[in-house]
Amino acid sequence: MVPALVPAALTQHLPVLVVLLPAFTAIALLLLGDHGGDAHGGHAHPRLQWARRIGLASVLLGLLLAAVAVAQAAGGVLAAYRVGDWPAPYGIVLVVDRLSAMMLLLTSLVAVPVLWYASGGWDAHGRYFHAMFQFQLMGLNGAFVTGDLFNLFVFFEVLLIASYVLMVHGQGGQRFKVGLHYVVLNLCASALFLVGVSLLYARTGTLNLADLALRVPMVAAPDAAVVKAAALVLLVVFGFKAALAPLSLWLPATYAAAAAPVAALFAIMTKVGVYAIVRVHGVVFGPEAGASAFTVEPVLLPLALLTCGVGVLGAMAAHTLERLVAWLTVASVGTILVGVGLFGSAGWAASLYYLANSTLVVAGLFLLAELVASQRGDAADRLEPAVPVAQPVLLGSMMLLAAASAAGLPPLPGFIGKLLMLEAASAHAWQAAIWTTLLGVGFLTLVGLARAGSLLFWHVRDDAPGSTAGASPKLVSATLALLAATVAMSVWAAPIQRYTARAAAQLLDREAYARAVLGEAGLGAQTTRPYRFPPAPGSASGAAPAGEGGK
Amino acid sequence: MSMEFLVATGIGWIVACGIYLLLRGRTFTVVLGLTLLGYAVNVFIFAMGRLWAGAPPIVIGDGPFADPLPQALVLTAIVIGFATTGFVIELALRSRHDNGSDHVDARPDAAQGAQGAGPAAAGPGTGGGQ
Repeated sequence: MVPALVPAALTQHLPVLVVLLPAFTAIALLLLGDHGGDAHGGHAHPRLQWARRIGLASVLLGLLLAAVAVAQAAGGVLAAYRVGDWPAPYGIVLVVDRLSAMMLLLTSLVAVPVLWYASGGWDAHGRYFHAMFQFQLMGLNGAFVTGDLFNLFVFFEVLLIASYVLMVHGQGGQRFKVGLHYVVLNLCASALFLVGVSLLYARTGTLNLADLALRVPMVAAPDAAVVKAAALVLLVVFGFKAALAPLSLWLPATYAAAAAPVAALFAIMTKVGVYAIVRVHGVVFGPEAGASAFTVEPVLLPLALLTCGVGVLGAMAAHTLERLVAWLTVASVGTILVGVGLFGSAGWAASLYYLANSTLVVAGLFLLAELVASQRGDAADRLEPAVPVAQPVLLGSMMLLAAASAAGLPPLPGFIGKLLMLEAASAHAWQAAIWTTLLGVGFLTLVGLARAGSLLFWHVRDDAPGSTAGASPKLVSATLALLAATVAMSVWAAPIQRYTARAAAQLLDREAYARAVLGEAGLGAQTTRPYRFPPAPGSASGAAPAGEGGK
Repeated sequence: MSMEFLVATGIGWIVACGIYLLLRGRTFTVVLGLTLLGYAVNVFIFAMGRLWAGAPPIVIGDGPFADPLPQALVLTAIVIGFATTGFVIELALRSRHDNGSDHVDARPDAAQGAQGAGPAAAGPGTGGGQ
């Protein structure tokens, strides 16, 4: 699948390159320095111009790397990269399988238009925007390729720290207030993450995901309670990142307060939570996890359905367009997690397809919301009659396209994704609830967006003079690129759907994953658990079967 | 009383204090709460390698040795916790500067006196309680 002109060294080091590229770009951008402007200016500063060029070149290169990763993974290659060539369960390992490659490509597909949009002026409203953007990409890419739970935590922190700074980019009291909530909530989630990770380590003696997938089934019934508790703690953490109800209330306030390009980039951040749920709860605690199998199944599906409901009701009640889009993000995460909660390859395949589509649509909608707001004078993005926008046809048709895709109208990919999901749920015990919710969410999304659209474009006040300045071509082209990507997903629906189906099937094949990461020897090897070496009095009586190999 | 019991109750007590501080209405106490929570979690990670006396985290002959991995993990967690605490303090200062209040919801200080000084000041209806 990989074209011959790609050098072998590149494909070999690909898993680490996707992390190193934004890391080095970010460092270079920090060394380049800042334009030194405050919240108002520095538009034409040469340093900013250079930062834009370097940043854009880097994300385009990242897009190329991600495309190579997808081409490689589509052929069935499971690329495991052992950093420093340390053997797998002990050293750091980066893995690119179909799911990781897809998430990398999706990140790049969002990052390129968003950075292009931000270069239209947003990046001048604060300091070090481009460096932080790259750090955020580094965290995202790292979280998608890491093959071990602790490094997932580290990359979560990298992307979160960058997101804290991006969140308050552009400043203003409101942003600092909401930013503080966001940071404090995320720090609590990080603390819980560490608790979950260490509980899991205490019982299995490993944090490598491939190794965990082999060890967790070996934990017998009484001890499995600890492992299950760890799984549920981790569900709280990942559910918080993904905005799974009832932990979704932070999202609309945060995303609505953030600058448009930042909110658009954050659209992929909730998907990191979804990704982690699939990797940890779907695979490690999945169908073959012995006594801990399907630990989160009884809670995940109802909560996902609840998330759909909460999100769409929030969207109906929203007073501003940005808040409406933010609530739609919550509803889309709910829809994705419904598919994940089905715990089968068909549900996951549908879920992954819908995930790719909804991320692009939501990112496009965030950018579009700002384009519309900037042409409505003082009313901005509040949903109330105001002056007509300068470009009603252009913005209106973009809104229509985005709304149709978000609501899942044929022939747009939102429809295909939902159809696949309905099909996957057709024999499920919860079929009635799932079908009702998914179809209801689609309908209410359409109502919510139609209400917003008619208010924004038709209920105009003719007594006030409208603004005449149209949006700059740069901003429009960035938004169009994201919406065009969703249309492309519809055109190439068959190959993409085949890819996500294979990605889901690959996820369920734990043996192959373990073989690629740990090697043939790793399959049978026991993880070292030195503290079990002498049966010391007073120490916890570890009964995990993983402990035989106390070296 | 075993060492395990002491450490476990200690962690529990620090978490309880951390959560209490976290739910207060002023950013300063919230930061203190986060710090306490971080300490408790760090000790928790450390304890997940089991508690050992007189066992170095390296292999020396046949003697007992402690698990070095949680110690490495805890180092990473401490570094990250330190960095994020620094950031959250700076953010709290900027929020106070821009909003004129160090309340977590950026309520103006004038509204303080009118509302009761309840002990739990996190709810949307209560004041700072300082």
